[in-house]
This record gives sequence, C-alpha cells and structure tokens, in this order.
Amino acid sequence: MSPTVKNTMLFAIVALLIALVGFMQSWNSALVIVNMGLISAIMALGVNLQWGFAGLFNVGIMGFVALGGLAAVLVGMPATPGAFEAGGWTILGAFGFAVVAIFAVVFVRARMAPGLARKLVVLGMLVAGFFVYRALFDPGVESVEAINPASTGYLGGLGFDEGLWVTLAWPVGGLFAAAAAWVIGKTALGLRSDYLAIATLGIAEIIIAVLKNEDWLSRGVKNVIGMPRPTPFEIELQNDPAFVERAAGLGFTAVEASTLYVKLLYAGLFLIVLLILLWMAQRALNSPWGRMMRAIRDNEVAAEAMGKDVTARHLQIFVLGSAICGIAGAMMTTLDGQLTPGTYQPLRFTFLVWVMVIVGGSGNNFGAVLGGFLIWFLWVQVEPMGLWLMELITSGMADGSPLKAHLIESAAHMRLFTMGLVLLLVLRFSPRGLIPER
Amino acid sequence: MDFLNAFIALSNFVIIPAVAYGSQLALGALGVTLIYGILRFSNFAHGDTMAFGAMVTVLMTWFFQAQGVSLGPLPTALLALPFGILGCMLLVLVTDRAVYRFYRAQKAKPVIFVIVSLGVTFILNGIVRFIIGPDDQRFLDGERFIISARTFREMTGLREGLAFKTTQGITIVTAVVVVALLFWFLNRTRTGKSMRAYSDNEDLALLSGINPERVVMVTWLIVAALATTAGVLYGLDKSFKPFTYFQLLLPIFASAIVGGLGNPLGAIAGGFVIAFSEVTVTYAWKKVVTYIVPEEVAPSGLLQLLSTDYKFAVSFLILLIVLLFKPTGLFKGKAV
Repeated sequence: MSPTVKNTMLFAIVALLIALVGFMQSWNSALVIVNMGLISAIMALGVNLQWGFAGLFNVGIMGFVALGGLAAVLVGMPATPGAFEAGGWTILGAFGFAVVAIFAVVFVRARMAPGLARKLVVLGMLVAGFFVYRALFDPGVESVEAINPASTGYLGGLGFDEGLWVTLAWPVGGLFAAAAAWVIGKTALGLRSDYLAIATLGIAEIIIAVLKNEDWLSRGVKNVIGMPRPTPFEIELQNDPAFVERAAGLGFTAVEASTLYVKLLYAGLFLIVLLILLWMAQRALNSPWGRMMRAIRDNEVAAEAMGKDVTARHLQIFVLGSAICGIAGAMMTTLDGQLTPGTYQPLRFTFLVWVMVIVGGSGNNFGAVLGGFLIWFLWVQVEPMGLWLMELITSGMADGSPLKAHLIESAAHMRLFTMGLVLLLVLRFSPRGLIPER
Repeated sequence: MDFLNAFIALSNFVIIPAVAYGSQLALGALGVTLIYGILRFSNFAHGDTMAFGAMVTVLMTWFFQAQGVSLGPLPTALLALPFGILGCMLLVLVTDRAVYRFYRAQKAKPVIFVIVSLGVTFILNGIVRFIIGPDDQRFLDGERFIISARTFREMTGLREGLAFKTTQGITIVTAVVVVALLFWFLNRTRTGKSMRAYSDNEDLALLSGINPERVVMVTWLIVAALATTAGVLYGLDKSFKPFTYFQLLLPIFASAIVGGLGNPLGAIAGGFVIAFSEVTVTYAWKKVVTYIVPEEVAPSGLLQLLSTDYKFAVSFLILLIVLLFKPTGLFKGKAV
C-alpha cells in the first residue's frame, strides 16, 4: 500500500467516525466535532511547526490560545462608552511610562561599569519605577471598572462586529501570541531544552492569571459574552420566511436547518484558514528554509558549524508556531461567542494538542491535521464510551451500592487517563506517529 | 511607633507562612532536582506524584479515623504518611519499570523523557481524579493551633496576635528531619555516595562498578518519599485538591532552577527564596507599616505590591531573572 493510499484511508476513517456520530447521535453534534476539530488541527499545525520542524518543546500553548481569545474581545467588542475618557488613557499612559522606565534601566545598566553601585542603582530604579507605575495605573483601573460593572466595567474593543470584519480578530490574535512568544523565546531559547518548557509553562499560567484578574481588560472571571460573530444568528434565520421555506423544501424544520446552516458557515470559514495555513506550512517544509530547520533539529552542532544562526532560527520558528496557536485561539473564542478565562485548563489546551501532534505524526503537517481531528473526536467521545463501559462493568452490582455510584460518577475522568495512555503507547510503539515524516 | 507589634504582625502574616510554604516547596524541589541529577530530565509528573502519594495518605487517614485510631493532638495523617509513602514508592517503581526504563535503555534525548513524563502526568491525573474525585478533601484533625492568636494576645498583652498552626509546626519539623536524613544518606552511606558519583560522572561511576539500575531505583524510592511528604504537608496546611498539585509544578521548578538543578542544597535555598518572594510581594503591608511609621504618614492604601492571584507570576519572574543572568542557578547546578 503506497503512503498516499494509506494516508487517504486514515483521513477517510476519521471522516467516517465523525459521520457515524452524525447518523447515531445528531448532525449538530457531528458538526460541533468538525468545527472544534478544524481549530484543533490548526493548533496542532502550530505545535508541529515548533516540535516537528525544529524540535522545540513548548508547553505554553494554553497561554497563546488565550491571547488569541483576548484579541477576539479587543477587536470585536464595542468600546465601552466613556471608558477611555474615564481611565483608558491613564492606563495606556502607565504602560507608556513602564516601557520608558524599562528602557531607561537597560540604558543605565549598559552605561555604568559593573559592580555594586550599578546593581544598587538598577534595583533602585526598578523599585521606584514600579511604585510610580502603580500610582499611575491604579486610579485608571478603578475608574474604568466603576463604569456599570454588572455589564461592562472594561475598556471594550474596537468594535469590528459587522459580518466578515469579525474575522479580523484572528490575525490580530496571531500577532498577540507572536509578541508573547518573542519575549519568552528571547529569554529561554539557547538554554537547555527543558528551560523553554518550564518558561512556557509559566507564561501560560501568567497569561491566564492576567485574564482572570484584570477586569478593566476583558472583565476577568465575569466573562465577556455575546461576542460578535461572522455568521447570521439562528433566530434571524428562523424569522426569515425565505430561509424557512427553503429548509422545508429540503425536509428540515426551521430550527434544525438554521443551527446546521450556521455551523456549516463556521466550518467553511475555518476550513479556509486551515487550508491556507496548511499550504503555507507545506511550502515551508519543502523549501530550503524547511530543510535548514530540520538540519538544525537533527544536529545543532553541525548546523552551527555550517554557519546557521541556530538561536535566531529557533526564535523565528517559535514565534511563527505560537502565532498559529494564537490564530486558532481567536477562532475558538469567536466560535464560542464568549471569553471565559476560568475554562482554560493546561491539560485541555496544552497537553491535548501535544497528543494530537505526536499521535498524528510529528514533522508531518498532514499528520498534525489528522491527529487534530482524531484526538478531538476521541476527547469528545471517550466520555460517553467510558460511561457505557462503566455501566457494563457495574451492571452486576447491586443498585445503590456506593462503589457502583462512585465508578459511574468518575467515568468522566477516564478521558485524561485514556489520553495519557494513547500518548505513551504511540511514543513507545510507533514514535513516528500515524503519518510519519517523509 | 511600635516595633514589637510590627514584628509580631510580620511574623504572623509573612515569616511563619513563608517558612512553612518554603519547606513544602523545598521538599518538592528536592525530588525534582534528584530526578534531574540522576535520571537527567525534568520530571513534569512530579506534581501529580505528590498528589498520588497524598491521596493514598488521605484514604488511609480516613480509614484510621473510621477505626477510631488517632494521635491525640497531632493529625492522624502523620500515622498514615508511611502508608502513603509505600503506595507512592510502588507507583514510581511501576512507572519506571513500565515507562522510563525503555527510554533509558534507548538512551533517548532528555526532551523525549520530558514528553513521556507528560504522558505519565495525564495518567496519574486521571487515576487520582478517578479514585478520589476532583474536589477539595479535608483530612486534617487533632489540635488546630500550637498557639492561637487569642492565647498569644492574652499571654503577652500585645495588640497583635501570633497564630502558629499545628500544620505549620509539623511542616517545619518534618522538613528539617527529612532534609537531615537525606543529607546523611547522600553523604555518609555507600549507596548515597554511589548516587552522587553517578550524578557527577556517569561513565566513571559505571567503570567503578556502580550498578546504574540500583542507583535509579533508590533515587525513585527517595523521590517517592519526598514527594509524598511534601504533598501531605501541603495538603494538611492548605487543603487536598488534585489540581493544585499540578499548579505547584511551576514554583517547584522555579525553586529547583533558582537553586541550581541537580544540587540538593540549592533546591532547599531555592524553595525558601521563592516562598518568601511570593509571600512578601503578595502581602498587604498596611498593618506592619502603620505600626512603624509615625501616625501622620500612615498609609491609606493596602500597600500590596501584587494581588494574591499573581503569586505564579512572582515565581516566574524570579525564574526568568535567574535564567537570564545566572542560568546555572545560585548554587552552581549542572551546566546548561
């Protein structure tokens, strides 16, 4: 069997699995899996760029995804009236001051001779700078958060909420993630590989902490809901006589047809993004740049001896891969229609994507896409399967026994266990994944 | 101006909690650093190993409580701790046999080990949640305070109270005992010396006839004991919740790296550096400052540098600073 046939069959199997959900459960659930599968595939592409191409170990995907979500808020939501006048400019001014202060510290540090005096001056400048910054920043935050805290209490966004303009948030999400990745990469790349892992783990937690606590930015744990969407609302379609008539012609009720139609529109948009990114990733993989990346991955010393700037190339691909994760994060928030910082869990957003890449086949873009769909399907379907399994196991037990109740209640946690097992088994017995690198 | 009350307030809210938290971090970081020194990878499953050991202890504590066994004023968990350690030892030996040994034989790259440890994290997380559930569990019993704030105030007649929780006392005492035992073991016993030799230079150690599999096994056993102790102490002091142990990974790694990965002494120092920074930066200094400065300049704000939710950011910032300026850590750990 040639590789092409095999790969096509693998994709066909995953499509069949999702279609089965459509036949056995409902087409709405199947499309929900497809939509999140598309987003997962994009995340997996980004991680594959970092790990498969360059061997960089990034466990901060959750943070980059969340930054994408923030972009969706800042681009899509309308500006809160009066928020900028009340405190927005003060907050921005405080940020401006912070940037100037940091540059001043760097400048002084570069100018002074090393020694105790320099250490004290730098430390003093940092401490003083921090207090001035807080003195500028806090009143601004207070006045912004005081504006109608029950429904707004934050700055709001740029208000691009008309039709396809909403998708402008996606590239912006990529930019946000890229900026964060640049800062992390600058510090941790070039050190030993584990340090990058720990640094990214940390930045992800901090980004989530910021999103949870900075209410002036995105309402924190009060969540931003009712985000603009690029598709029409179901209720509008249901009130549109022409749409209802066409749906009836196809044999659907208005409710069913409208929900399916909206999900299909999303799927179409996501598919376009995925195809563009996949095309770009394929071009990159087969270009001299991609060959150089793999050469660096396989032997850093040799590549460096050939005059390649390993750290700079690593930084480049780290920023690119994180940007892709940011794009996916913005798309996910647009799809959900809300930003809920409390729901970002590292196991769900970081490690699941890793399982996707490794199971699909690291170093192969099609493998990453396949892994994204397959693992997302499993993630969704393992829960009902686990429940079914538990009911089977406990069917012999007496009703009302505490063990039976506990087992059935805990079935939901089977999915973590299953994902870990899948990851370990693939790493051990088929480390190159389903679609290996060529 | 009232320095005595200021000092009492400072001890009550900063020094005692930070020492207790620092001891817990130090025990956790010792485990990470030992694995790094001997097996040469960053073990991301360490937090969940702690959770597993603590879970076994919690279950045994409940069992003892149901049987009516107790230690009087001390928490029953101390009696259950040895069983938790045994359970955790069994777990790490099984994971090593089933998972890590294969990659050791292959001489896989460290990053592969890290990914594998992620898979183990997943599985442990699933097992712990499956057995005990994702919620908060209480297993603390016995006397709550060694000195409560009220008794202290009555004893000294000061305005500020000084509360010293039993769990804090136990944490500090246990940590000192465990660390003393560990260093005695590493410096005085044959096995401990062979471990240090293996950590310093693998090839040389092999040449002098040290059995690597035995060194690895002993390391895992020690790490299991350390992880369980740290997990139980943290659970007693705060509360047992599986997910918090995963989040402890960041401060634990930060402690180990700040001290210098692979250096046990550094891990302890790092644990206290991280704990004191976290507590001082997120503490509202208003009370202490009000006692020290004259009344006219008493602060009106809370004087809190960062809100408590940013304590992760503190360990992270310290980590970044150390990585930028002194990548081998304060105590010269392994080379980058």
